[in-house]
Amino acid sequence: MVLNKKLLRVGYSSALVAMMASLAACGGGSQTATPDADTEMAAGSDLSGTVLVDGSSTVFPVSEAMAEEFGAANPGVAVTVGVSGTGGGFKKFCAGETDITGASRPISQEEIDLCAQAGIEYIELPIALDGLTVVVSPENDFAECLTTDELLTMWEPDAQDKIKNWNQVRADFPDAPLGLYGPGTDSGTYDFFMDAIGADGESRGDYTASEDDNVIVQGVSGDANGLGFFGLAYFTENQDKLKAVAIDSGNGTCVEPSAETVADGTYVPLARPEFIYVKQSVAEDPAIAAFVNFYISPDNAGLVDEVGYVQLPEEVNEKVISRFENKTVGSVFEGKGSIGVKLEEVL
Amino acid sequence: MTPLSSQATPLDAGWDIEQKQVLKALDRRQGIDKGFSWLALLAVIFSLFVLVVLLVDILIDGVPVLSWNFLTSFPSRRPEAAGIVSALVGTIWVMVLVALFTFPIGVGAGIFLEEFVPDSLIAKAVEINISNLAGVPSIIYGLLGLQVFVRILFPITQGRSVLSGALTLALLVLPIVIIATRESLRSIPGSLRQAGFALGATRWQVIRSHVFPLALPGILTGVILALSRAIGETAPLITIGALTYIPFLPELSLRGLQSPFTVLPIQIFNWVSRPQADFHALAAGAIIVLMVILLLMNATAIYLRNRFQK
Repeated sequence: MVLNKKLLRVGYSSALVAMMASLAACGGGSQTATPDADTEMAAGSDLSGTVLVDGSSTVFPVSEAMAEEFGAANPGVAVTVGVSGTGGGFKKFCAGETDITGASRPISQEEIDLCAQAGIEYIELPIALDGLTVVVSPENDFAECLTTDELLTMWEPDAQDKIKNWNQVRADFPDAPLGLYGPGTDSGTYDFFMDAIGADGESRGDYTASEDDNVIVQGVSGDANGLGFFGLAYFTENQDKLKAVAIDSGNGTCVEPSAETVADGTYVPLARPEFIYVKQSVAEDPAIAAFVNFYISPDNAGLVDEVGYVQLPEEVNEKVISRFENKTVGSVFEGKGSIGVKLEEVL
Repeated sequence: MTPLSSQATPLDAGWDIEQKQVLKALDRRQGIDKGFSWLALLAVIFSLFVLVVLLVDILIDGVPVLSWNFLTSFPSRRPEAAGIVSALVGTIWVMVLVALFTFPIGVGAGIFLEEFVPDSLIAKAVEINISNLAGVPSIIYGLLGLQVFVRILFPITQGRSVLSGALTLALLVLPIVIIATRESLRSIPGSLRQAGFALGATRWQVIRSHVFPLALPGILTGVILALSRAIGETAPLITIGALTYIPFLPELSLRGLQSPFTVLPIQIFNWVSRPQADFHALAAGAIIVLMVILLLMNATAIYLRNRFQK
């Protein structure tokens, strides 16, 4: 009997713990997003609804910043952002589970077919630019500029077990071991880089791969003969530990990666657009339309810089805005990559 | 007397030799014993050292960002304004639900398998399967959860909701709870059950008033270990589509169960992978909060265990 009573007490006390926990949750629940001091509250915004955003982890920081500011101005609209990766995001998007999906590359042919089967139409909107940056250690004093062909020599599948020293990349480089670091094969960054240097999306397997770009930063900064690549933001934040390599696309001019060279289109072929895809059937929904307009408005382009990406040039941004106004569906890339495509021409 | 002394001499000599050998062997054995204890100590020092390095590293990075604001703000693109409230509340919601699901189901299944099922081939097969399930990588449970809870049970769970997440994690830790329950029940001497049956008690009566209360401390330990595993899981929740940025909290009602959510490990993962060092400090802060929750859970378990052991 005593034991039984004890048992009962456990029941009560665990119920109590549960209730306390939920109450704590409730206490937090009365809080709302901290209003932003530097954003004007759009007085009288009575929009309400939900906007489900998902997709690429590269686009996430932009979407998060937009959702935060939009939410501060429109407290009635709940914008949620998930991270499923570009491919995972399209799977959910084409299954009709999300309203907007972020992508660090254009929609692929397979995904176009998947969406078509499900009857999902989409509006493709470039929202920012990024420049993949090739980095070496600051101690490396010979690799100032590399051609895309040299990058190909280093990274192509045939290089495996063969290209192991810097002097195999260019004859006047020292005879020092080449240490390669890069994102894992699942990432959109990897796909884009390999396509851009002409390796057809495939690379050698014997390099140090990490899904976390900060690990690549650590790796290259600690390896005097290392070389790696990732988005521009990871270089800008670690300029004291890394040195960016200028890229020669084959015409003899070396271009340093920077916000300017990415924006003016001279940093080829490693500059790339980032996208959001908006489901056409919900594009007229007031809350979603308001969020997308907020996202692509030039007034908010400063947020893009703030999280480490490069704003679209003005003329491209205007085309993006009219593209959304006209609700133009489909992809301008027709299932192929965005390499060598000039946005202002195709939009 | 001569026979005695003549007998004693070889005996003494023999004894001398044996004593030397024994002493030598004793020295060696004690040497090994000492060596082993040093090795064991080294193992402890090594694991503690790693733990201390990790803790110190996290504390140095994370303590400066800890503040009331950090606990009560939503995530933000500006590190100084960012907080973990959505992830913290999501974690509490999910853990409470996981505990509510796993305790009755896991303990019930454990009792059934240990006390009610006769030793048969089927019981053995079930046992092996459960042990295997405990070792299945967590992402597999994520895929299962995505299909069953998010897609098929959509009308109940409303998709990528707190409920779907909790059910998925509950599946993940159920095998651990079942195994812990069975181990704990097995450690109760059979004579106790026999005594109960001899007095005419039914199986249910014996379990309710004798076996289960005695096994409870062990069961609770197992449940808490299972919950400690669940609280750190990221992969299955990302698979089922837990969100990363969420500007509101689930409301405290049944509808709140169907609300989208995020949890601390996802928020930490997100911050760690950002380029800005300020976000890395936030991640360290969130890790400290997660650790404190874990320690609180373990402390509760130890408290409950001690209470029942009395």
